Amino acid sequence: MSNEPLFSSGHTACAGCGQSLAARLVIEAAGANTIVVNNTGCLEVFSTKYPETAWGVPWIHSLFENAAAVASGVEGALKYLGKKDSINVIAQAGDGGTADIGLQALSGMLERGHDILYVCYDNEAYMNTGIQRSGLTPFDSNTTTSPLGAQSLGNIRPKKPMPEIAMAHGIPYVATCSVGLTQDLQRKVKKAIAIKGPKYLQIHVPCPLGWRHEPGLTIQVGKLAVDTGLYPLIEYEYGKLTGARQIQPKPVQEYLKTQGRFKHLLNNPQELAKIQEIADNNIKKYNLKAESQTGS
Amino acid sequence: MKEFQEGSKAVADIVSLCKPGVISAYPITPQTHIVEELAQLVADGKLNSQFINVESEHSAASVVLGAAATGVRSYTATSSQGLFYMAEVIFNIAGMRLPLVLTCANRAISAPINIWNDQQDSISLRDSGWIQLYAEDIQEAVDLHLIGYRISEDKSMMLPVMVCMDGFILTHGIEVVDMPQQQEVDKFLPSYKPLYKLDVENPISMGLLADPDYYTETRYAIHDTMKDALTFIPKVTAEFAKVFGRNYNGLLEEYRTKDAERVIVSMGSVCGTIKEVVDELRAKGKKVGLVKITSFRPFPAAAVFDALKDIPKVAILDKSVSLGSYAPLAVEIKAAFFAKKKAPKIISSFVAGLGGRDITKDSIKEVFSLLTNKERPCEFIDLKPELLRESYE
Amino acid sequence: MFGPLIVKAGTSKNNKTGSWRTESRPKFLKKNCIACKMCRVICPEGCITGDQKNSYDCDYAFCKGCGNCAMICPKQDIIMIKEEAKE
Repeated sequence: MSNEPLFSSGHTACAGCGQSLAARLVIEAAGANTIVVNNTGCLEVFSTKYPETAWGVPWIHSLFENAAAVASGVEGALKYLGKKDSINVIAQAGDGGTADIGLQALSGMLERGHDILYVCYDNEAYMNTGIQRSGLTPFDSNTTTSPLGAQSLGNIRPKKPMPEIAMAHGIPYVATCSVGLTQDLQRKVKKAIAIKGPKYLQIHVPCPLGWRHEPGLTIQVGKLAVDTGLYPLIEYEYGKLTGARQIQPKPVQEYLKTQGRFKHLLNNPQELAKIQEIADNNIKKYNLKAESQTGS
Repeated sequence: MKEFQEGSKAVADIVSLCKPGVISAYPITPQTHIVEELAQLVADGKLNSQFINVESEHSAASVVLGAAATGVRSYTATSSQGLFYMAEVIFNIAGMRLPLVLTCANRAISAPINIWNDQQDSISLRDSGWIQLYAEDIQEAVDLHLIGYRISEDKSMMLPVMVCMDGFILTHGIEVVDMPQQQEVDKFLPSYKPLYKLDVENPISMGLLADPDYYTETRYAIHDTMKDALTFIPKVTAEFAKVFGRNYNGLLEEYRTKDAERVIVSMGSVCGTIKEVVDELRAKGKKVGLVKITSFRPFPAAAVFDALKDIPKVAILDKSVSLGSYAPLAVEIKAAFFAKKKAPKIISSFVAGLGGRDITKDSIKEVFSLLTNKERPCEFIDLKPELLRESYE
Repeated sequence: MFGPLIVKAGTSKNNKTGSWRTESRPKFLKKNCIACKMCRVICPEGCITGDQKNSYDCDYAFCKGCGNCAMICPKQDIIMIKEEAKE
């Protein structure tokens, strides 16, 4: 066994990168008996630039869209060797690598029932290639391929409902997390790892560069996404909603004003109302509104 | 043990004897029987293997990549569109220096869609860093899989091997095959001992980003290993001969070329037909011969040079074409003779058999008859001009 | 023959990302710290260590100066000071 940290310092993520924090929290929760399969993306690039690796667990990167499939092979090999029960397999990717180009491989992995935890780090755009719009980019978000312009207010589509898509495969556990709520995140990783079968975790990770927020506000911004209802923290088990983190809903402006990618909306009550509607729909759908004062 | 066997089943049987721990494939004609047969062996408990039915070829190749990286011998098979769909994984597997054997049931490439045999699919991935071996008949297809694992997993190689067998002709053809026994296979092919693998006891990172300061050497290393493979492959086939009694050179075969005036060079099952024509013409006193290329990658330029340098007229018969340029095998053969003092006077290139069009004995005889003092840069045999039109006006 | 291929664990520690700081760095006052551990948990570099009260510090060889630790400390016991500042 190695004495190295499971995820070392010295990686080249931007200062304040939510994904680098989430990656460390995930592997620390999963433990040293874990093999990680990573898609191409920010995390892969900033954590493994030859000859440096931040990973203290066995780690492999192949291509942009196939972590779920490569992980299926790793899991199959471990099963063949009789070692699957003592070794965790995590497949991880960004939002683009999960909801867009990686959707096929993910769906196949979920459908086949592999004992793999799939983690989607959702920074809501193709950040590694320069902040381009993905299937998980939120409505009205200003990205380089859904830019603000004379005839555009940003991305015109809502987020693809990846947790529901994963859930529709009938898998044992689906959960959304935020790097702004670190205890909740690690609890869900530990819970998922303990379950046999395919699991899907989607972690909201603020990106100071792509979202244009102060690097020191990563945790704050993450919390605000949750507290406005724009990023519900939910859990599905075998298709049933079994957990929904209660919030005292804050108006969406509080979240949007922290980030440059939404700046253009702040003086646009019509668009703000649309975004508020998204949040309100989430609050209603998942029953997020806290009944009492407690719930933090 | 000798059996009268369908090519696909024979390949499945030898793969099963090699005991892969993970098998993953996606169905595509004409590879299907191979994988179906393996599925049946697993279902009957005759083969202990994780059989993973994937949702695409890209994932099939990715699954076996992951399994090989975890230190387990793995297998997949595909053809044509499937090979192209997994193309980026193919390059990935070689670049990551993972051992693997893949059967390519050679089939033509869309568009137009065509399920019959030619060699455009595997030929189009010749730059990938995979060792490519082409089988003439079902026996050779069977033997090359066993030889392939032995080459691939050797610590000096660690390169994946693509065994190419002509779709339908060899996959669905039925021939007499001497199928190795398990003990013989175990004697020839040791269990896979990985040089590196994903192991929690010894955590490593695989598949890192290599910037301009590091990338070149990874390619050079594969290129250099391919050169070593030119000596290693015949070593392995010599070992094979000791255990199984069948002699392969592994790189190429010279058939009645000793005093030949005209020789055809080709790859795959058509070589069987060419051998028959050579025998017929030799019986009539014509001095003809065949050079069959087995290893297309690494390309055995030195062996090709030795085999053909004294032959006055050489015809290359390709079952593929590099549209806008020349035929792939012809280009490699010509390059082997560039700036050499000794070379054939004429090297003519012929394209035949595309999209499964039969190459008959008459087609071969036509190639020999077209092998004149007029060098042909790229001539299509058995072309049907009535199907061609100058425009769609 | 093999080229650059695989790497053993932990080699990223050779890359001293502390050199990235240009504006500010955290100062751990170690006065009112309650050992809530949040600074250690949320550091994206994972370079904050500490256990007991007032024992938390960061490894300036790796700290990129993002400021999340200063923002999260419930006791305001971490402040951001100018990078040029002496102490």
